[in-house]
Amino acid sequence: MKDRNPVVELDGLTLATRSRQPLVSGVSFRVEAGASLGLVGESGSGKSLTLRSIIGLLPSGVQRVGGQIRRSGSCAMIFQDPIRALDPLCPVVGQLAEVVYYRQRVSRKAARSIALELLEMLGLPDSLRTKDRYPHQLSGGQCQRIVIAMALACKPDLLLCDEPTTALDVTVQRQILDLIARLQKELGYAVVFVTHNLAVASSMCSELCVMKEGRIVEQGDTLQLLRDPQHSYTRMLMNSVLPLPELERRADP
Amino acid sequence: MSSAQPELRIRRASKLERSLKRIWSLPSLLWGCILLAILIAVALLAPIISPYHPSEQNMAAILQPPSSEHWLGTDQLGRDLFARLIYAARTDLKIMALAEIVPFCVGVFLGMVAGYYGKWADALITLATDTFIAFPFYLIVIIVAFVSGAGEKGIYITFMLVGWIVYARVVRGLSASLRKQEWIAAARTLGLPNIKIILRHLLPNVLPQAVVVLMTDMAVLLVAIVTLGYLGIGIAPPTPDWGTMISEGQPFISTKWWLSAAPGFAVVYAGIALSLIGDGLADLWRRK
Amino acid sequence: MTDAALRIDNVTVSYGPFVALDRVSLDLEPHKTLGLVGESGSGKSTLARVVAGLIPPDEGRVLLGAEELGKRRTREQHKRIQLVFQNPDASLNPRHTIRRILGEALLFHKIVDRSKVADRCKELLARVRIDETALDRYPHEFSGGQRQRIAIARAIAVEPSILIADEPTSALDVSVQASVLELLNELKSELRLTMLFISHDLGVIHAISDTVAVMRKGRVVEISPKEIFFARPETSYGYELLSAVPKMPLIPTK
Repeated sequence: MKDRNPVVELDGLTLATRSRQPLVSGVSFRVEAGASLGLVGESGSGKSLTLRSIIGLLPSGVQRVGGQIRRSGSCAMIFQDPIRALDPLCPVVGQLAEVVYYRQRVSRKAARSIALELLEMLGLPDSLRTKDRYPHQLSGGQCQRIVIAMALACKPDLLLCDEPTTALDVTVQRQILDLIARLQKELGYAVVFVTHNLAVASSMCSELCVMKEGRIVEQGDTLQLLRDPQHSYTRMLMNSVLPLPELERRADP
Repeated sequence: MSSAQPELRIRRASKLERSLKRIWSLPSLLWGCILLAILIAVALLAPIISPYHPSEQNMAAILQPPSSEHWLGTDQLGRDLFARLIYAARTDLKIMALAEIVPFCVGVFLGMVAGYYGKWADALITLATDTFIAFPFYLIVIIVAFVSGAGEKGIYITFMLVGWIVYARVVRGLSASLRKQEWIAAARTLGLPNIKIILRHLLPNVLPQAVVVLMTDMAVLLVAIVTLGYLGIGIAPPTPDWGTMISEGQPFISTKWWLSAAPGFAVVYAGIALSLIGDGLADLWRRK
Repeated sequence: MTDAALRIDNVTVSYGPFVALDRVSLDLEPHKTLGLVGESGSGKSTLARVVAGLIPPDEGRVLLGAEELGKRRTREQHKRIQLVFQNPDASLNPRHTIRRILGEALLFHKIVDRSKVADRCKELLARVRIDETALDRYPHEFSGGQRQRIAIARAIAVEPSILIADEPTSALDVSVQASVLELLNELKSELRLTMLFISHDLGVIHAISDTVAVMRKGRVVEISPKEIFFARPETSYGYELLSAVPKMPLIPTK
């Protein structure tokens, strides 16, 4: 594993506001090709800012004041609120084809057929082939699939996920998580996954960074970290996943 | 819970101290207040400041240029221009303030009712505002002026008819979005009657925005009063008024330009003061 | 079954062609918590608002004990059913101090005399574990979890018999969520409340409910005791929901 090139490597990343108030301090991690890393923490832990700094989407007023980000290859991002990540006035297949056209530099016609292939790959309804829809006419889960399709249209080596399932219902969340994991196997992109839900992060990622107040408090292999959490904050997060009793096996009706 | 406790113990600066600090950090509000305070002080103290009465004619000294005796010279009837200017501030500011009170209250209330209840109350009030907006303002003024006779009364009546619309429209939009907030629903589950929810919960939340509109609208109203005076259907002479002063100075504009320029400057000055306060207040409440 | 604290009987609510609630019937057993679970758009929040009297039902009745709640409720009826909302940013009037927010509820329903309002406010804050220095502060000075506690204090201030909690922890951080649930559970047993707890989060429902009702597309599709629902849900939809919940990987203990 070690000889693989990292897709992204953060070295002592430090972010602060204009008035020098620290937001993220000394965050370091590396993600190798095809690997997956989870950033877990609560609101205000700096996990989203860290993610956004990788793709250069820091909000105005936040600056990088220290550390380095080394990235090789292309990267794309998917967002928490899929409906707001799409242009409300542009039909979705049109939007997707637009991304393909600019990122893959193919003809308009080829872009459209690639877009339709992507739709199929993501399990979107066939009716979109014949009749394009506006974002508000689709459900949250369908919009998130479109957003993922747009990200994949960039042929990313690295997929950044910012709480991509928090706004979705639990059954849809399951489908989207399965989709991201399945396509990761097929396409081989690396994933950095930001979430507040430790259960989601541990099901998606082989490595975890637990963040609190802008710092990584614990970092390591998922199973190892969960088996033997060193930091009290990690234990608190583990306890916050409310336990459910085992569901009895059920013969399919 | 314990992690949040220290924040509660931070010493809180007194309310006055904090408001002063906030105002100090907003130059537009500060300057607006200073400019307006000067204007109001001059208007109130007019009899003390000015050695002349505004209607005191002196045919021996007409159309004099500014001098140490008459700071801004005299007009075509030999009246002291400076005296007329500051007495006119009294008239115009008084009318401006009085003519805004009723429309402000009515407009804010109707706006809250329309936004809070929605449905037919909203339809009715929106219809009324749209109807009045369709009429050109000055057309209404001229009609009212002819029906009621020129003068202050006409201005008050006209403004009662059309002045509330601005407030109703702004407050209606604001109330409609606030109505969906959960604290309004919480007040309703407590069982509070609607009128109490409107006055206790909605009003304090729409008032800041309404006051900002009030400031800009006052500047508009001042210009309207002056325009009417200029057209000869506003305040009747000999009561001093900036509008009539501008129109009286007009025949001499090429030689005695200050006769019109001085009251014109006064209007601009008052307008800037009010706009600065409006902008400043908007900033103040946006920051909060 | 006749002694339900609150009975929702065949309630239908529609917005134009969209049916938000379709002949919903539910009974709330006294001093128990009914957990209402469903995905977005299933009509669970609409149901909360119907019970709280914010939305009049098109058809059907809501019975509080033996009395039917009409379109215009009496002050006493309002007092007996209180609601805690999802969004702590929006559930407190931003221009009122905490003292005023709590005092208004106390005075309007004449829970205590004017002279005793301050003392009662402090008691209420202590109940929800907020420092009493909070009284003269404004909602924006508090964190989301603290604001939610204050909203709970306002709801229990009028001594209701039924408390509806509409996703009260969904907007909160996970570390705060547990303590708010604990607080609600504690208040429920101390004040002998009947609770209708609405959430999309099955973990939360499991932690707080005695009975679970599942809603889907405006209908109640399943009502089961908690132990049964989480082990052997009756409907395949219930099964689908439960199996979709992300779980921590099973780790063999050392």
